[in-house]
Amino acid sequence: MNRQTVKLAAAALLVGGVTAATAVHAQWFGSKEPKGIPMQQVADMLHAVMDSDRAIYTTRVVNRLQNEDKVIKADEHFMDKKALPLPAQMFRFGAERVATKTKAFSYSLLSLWPVNKQNAPRTKIEKDGLKYVADNKGKNYYGEETLGGKKYFTAVYADTAVAPVCVTCHNSHPETPRTDFKLGDVMGGVVIRLPM
Amino acid sequence: MLWVLWITVSAAGGLYVLGSIVYGGNRSLLLIGKTTSGHHQIELACDACHTTVFGGAEVLQDACVNCHGVELKAANDAHPLSKFTDPRNADRTAVLDARHCVTCHQEHRPKITRAMGVTLPHDYCFHCHADIAEDRPSHKGLAFSTCASAGCHNFHDNRALYNDFLLQHAGEPDHLERQRMTLATFLRSREDSIKVPRVLVAADADAPAAHRGDAKIAADWAGDAHARAGINCSGCHTTKAEPERWIAAPGIDVCKGCHSDEARTFVEGKHGMRLREGMMASHDGPLGIFRAAKLPPMTPAQARLPMKTDQAHTELGCNTCHSAHRYDPKTARVERCTGCHDDTHTKAYLTSAHHGLFEKEAAGLAPKGTGVSCATCHMPPIETRRPDGRKAIFVTHNQNDNLRPNEKMVRSVCGTCHGLQFTLDALADRKLIDKNFTGLSGVHIESIAWAQRRARERSKRRQ
Repeated sequence: MNRQTVKLAAAALLVGGVTAATAVHAQWFGSKEPKGIPMQQVADMLHAVMDSDRAIYTTRVVNRLQNEDKVIKADEHFMDKKALPLPAQMFRFGAERVATKTKAFSYSLLSLWPVNKQNAPRTKIEKDGLKYVADNKGKNYYGEETLGGKKYFTAVYADTAVAPVCVTCHNSHPETPRTDFKLGDVMGGVVIRLPM
Repeated sequence: MLWVLWITVSAAGGLYVLGSIVYGGNRSLLLIGKTTSGHHQIELACDACHTTVFGGAEVLQDACVNCHGVELKAANDAHPLSKFTDPRNADRTAVLDARHCVTCHQEHRPKITRAMGVTLPHDYCFHCHADIAEDRPSHKGLAFSTCASAGCHNFHDNRALYNDFLLQHAGEPDHLERQRMTLATFLRSREDSIKVPRVLVAADADAPAAHRGDAKIAADWAGDAHARAGINCSGCHTTKAEPERWIAAPGIDVCKGCHSDEARTFVEGKHGMRLREGMMASHDGPLGIFRAAKLPPMTPAQARLPMKTDQAHTELGCNTCHSAHRYDPKTARVERCTGCHDDTHTKAYLTSAHHGLFEKEAAGLAPKGTGVSCATCHMPPIETRRPDGRKAIFVTHNQNDNLRPNEKMVRSVCGTCHGLQFTLDALADRKLIDKNFTGLSGVHIESIAWAQRRARERSKRRQ
């Protein structure tokens, strides 16, 4: 081998070595993102809060004051009737307020037997999810869907009648499609969406 | 070399037009189409809506909400933004983007603008409520262009039209017997809380000799509410910040120091919208070519409604309806209105039954609060809550708040004296409105009957 070849070989080796070292460095130390929380877990965490807040409102406020102590009623038109907002409204107002604060998640209250028909399931996951949680007590439904060109992780949780006031009101409501709800029944579902 | 001159002149002209767009000046040539009756008064304050030179629906949305947000919230908007931001409605907003006001209410499109500034074909409800007949058999066969008919539904304000309200007020007589707190009663209940050291008389007037003017002025003031409340000349003609400077003709900025509710609502309506904060005809521009200028107050000559010609150039402010030193509310309630307004409804008022009641009350032949003036219907007393939660009643000066669509008037005005069926029928009859309610309605609204029928059918099914 003459000098020229040796010099070329050394240069090539140097370049190759530097490239390899850079690649290895990037792989090991470059932009290490912190490990995120799985979307399913996030949805579960959010649902735990939503569910608890509303259960407390339903049992300690509405059920106690309307059904037990009978001092005030809960009514959809609570401003006009000087009454308490319905638990479903309390839930919805929360969802609307969240929507003004963040796009990181959205949630809604739906049912296969809705009082207001606009709260019936419309997407495939909503329909399948509501049916699943109604038929499989204690289980949640998770999936992915694309809406308006965006991908979402969607979770559906059962919404159960936690207090007598749930079933008495819904069974007797003029617009209810079902009149045979019992305490502990699944009456609908909470749908939480996280954009992916 | 003429072309050099031509280029220079064109460039200068172009720059001036650009400057006009950004800063102001005479922009009437830039208007691209007749504005709606709701906005025509402020059409030269371009940046009231176009807050930035570039920007689409988002920029305009902020401007819409800035002026109309409060009233929509008060009306318990049936289609608020929150209904459409949920991703599950993405397919619906793709067809009709109800998240933006301008989707349905486009300005500068006179050829396609219908009632209430709507620029969509009337059957837009179809997009989301196509299957309504399944849930409401009574709606089978009804055309979607009739959803927003009088007495049925309103896109935003259903306070007097929702199902429970119809049922609650079903069967009411045409003329109600019940009492309702009038402004007079409320004021009497608050009188004790107003501590006045001493009621002022003409001799107490503290205007400097140079500005005293006619003796009649002091006499007018002394017999009026301001003197009784201890407000002297300096109270309106000077400010606390500059007690030496005499203001010859105090404007709304002075009045609002005490009458904040009235001043606030005045600039929300069509009498005062030009005086609203931020309504600038132009702003300060470079090289002093453009100067900041507010919109001038409205005058009857510029109105689209028929107005009396002798008042053509009267500038609208607080003192237009309330004379400067004798704030006689009685004159303000009818005489001042008919002094400018010259349309069929106004002219018909003077021979109407409502006016008959007004004259009876004025003559002392009927109890206080039973007379019906222009103000009774279009500037009624309304309840409000103070920041500390206390209830207060004041006369709203936003005449538009009780005008169109007239469903707005059902609860705050008509419903104080009349039953719901009678009210809905009357407000749905355009001919009757033109005759200012002389005679009975030729229209019968079925909404209450339908609500009752449905309630009966549903309760039968539940049994």
